[in-house]
Amino acid sequence: MANFKIPIGPQHPALKEPESFTITLNGETIIEMDMRLGYNHRGIEKACEERSYIQAMYLVERVCGICSHSHSTCFIQAVEEIAGLAIPARAQYIRTIIAELERIHSHLLWLGVAGHEIGFDTLLMYSWRDREVVMDTLAALTGNRVNYGINTIGGVRRDISKEHLAGLLKTMDILEERTKYYIEVASEEITLIQRLSGVGFISHEDTVMLGAVGPTARASGVDRDIRRDDPYLAYKDIEFQVITDTHNDVYGRTLVRVGELMQCYSMIRQLVAKIPEGPVTVKAPRKIPAGEAFSRYEAPRGEDVHYVKANGTDKAERVKIRAPTLANLQSVARMMENNRLADVPIIIAAIDPCFSCTDRMIRINDTAGRRKETISWQALRTHSLEWYRKQGVDFKDLNAKMRQRMKA
Amino acid sequence: MTNEEKIKKELLERFGFSTEQIRVARERRVFLEVPHEQFRRVFEHAVNGMDFQHLCTITGLDDGDTLAFVYHLARLDGAVLSLKTRVPKASPVLRTISDLFPGGMIYERELADLLGARVEGLPEGNRYPLPEGWPDGQHPLRKDWKAEMLDGVYPKEEVKSHG
Repeated sequence: MANFKIPIGPQHPALKEPESFTITLNGETIIEMDMRLGYNHRGIEKACEERSYIQAMYLVERVCGICSHSHSTCFIQAVEEIAGLAIPARAQYIRTIIAELERIHSHLLWLGVAGHEIGFDTLLMYSWRDREVVMDTLAALTGNRVNYGINTIGGVRRDISKEHLAGLLKTMDILEERTKYYIEVASEEITLIQRLSGVGFISHEDTVMLGAVGPTARASGVDRDIRRDDPYLAYKDIEFQVITDTHNDVYGRTLVRVGELMQCYSMIRQLVAKIPEGPVTVKAPRKIPAGEAFSRYEAPRGEDVHYVKANGTDKAERVKIRAPTLANLQSVARMMENNRLADVPIIIAAIDPCFSCTDRMIRINDTAGRRKETISWQALRTHSLEWYRKQGVDFKDLNAKMRQRMKA
Repeated sequence: MTNEEKIKKELLERFGFSTEQIRVARERRVFLEVPHEQFRRVFEHAVNGMDFQHLCTITGLDDGDTLAFVYHLARLDGAVLSLKTRVPKASPVLRTISDLFPGGMIYERELADLLGARVEGLPEGNRYPLPEGWPDGQHPLRKDWKAEMLDGVYPKEEVKSHG
């Protein structure tokens, strides 16, 4: 049978982000995969060069909706290193608590997506309900469910009260109970095991060679974790296990993530028990002295790295970001080989990719297929304001009212 | 002797670098600047002789008359060796490291698109991250690049209406 090429994306069937794969098939079997990335490149590194450090920090927090704390922490660690700032211990603990809550939120989200991709939507509903618990906790501690804005150069912007710390322990109990159930499901539910076993296989050697990171690498027996190997924040002060697995497939990636969830709960309990009293911030200079630093961070998806070069002004000379997904995507092509077309969504989802989501234009096709046009953001915005105005909601009016209220 | 000192000592002794070329920034962070002629030899030794078997990423820098490239190599004990090398901006030619790190291809493609590096020996493949039809010679991470340089050049009219 002749080989077939199937284009998948950039409007992705499985993910909510653009990404283009061309899959060569023989029958149902995947021979090879080619990918085209970059649809979401927003020029954030360049934009950082034109903004002050504190503005850049808020911008890099928006590199990713889920790993927002990962990026902002990884970035300011580099800035603080160049500036020679010693961050108060309490601030380090708070950053670490938020980091682990972010991991819980991310892994529960992943578990739901994985369930959905294999038609196990009950798992999606369950795990996303539990994810609400951790997101509410993040909102209580930081004010936001995502893009927490807890960091500032020199520490954190909010302290955590005793009551919140006590509440955090209760939340850990609830989530641990739920996660035990997921572990039971993952280790006993025969449909789940059979659906995921052997799917998206990648050998230990290939994983190392292709530079995969995080749970994707650990599920192929690569015993690497930045939190342990290159400790930052408060990870030196607490005990935890680096979860690895040797299934080398999507099933292994599932086991690693649920195993990591259990570690997160234990880590947060230790952090709550050990958090020192004291200030949460030190004064940071507006201008950062010339220098360079390289910062690493174990994000939920794996090693995140930021390089910052300072030139003595209040703006960075260069900010380089390498998010974990870019490192992991290289191994996806290998994972696809000899799998079935129907396995594509779960294999891609199993590296927990994060392409982030900002589009620059919207294309409209009318239902009869007669009219095709590209609409600019400005036109779309005008159209939307007009649409709401017809429904009786005038945003211009609302803005004026809000300004009035703020004056009063 | 600390790990970083050992790394420094080995590189000094083996390649005869001066102490100004090597900087131990802190625990587990070593920065080294290498002349481009020597780069490949040092890089190979770091990877094969010193166990730096994970390429975190490659950073490209526009330093005025030169383009600098920093290869961030990590090893299992958490040490990161950042190897910097420079090429003239007028002829920014690098040799690929994708023979040692196949996963590093994407980082090299990024250098080609965003800084205009020419990477010899890089296998053919899709560009990253700029879109098809991006004007030749425009490299957004060069310091002299401004978004206005795209006015009237990109996106082209036909892309706008049929894109």
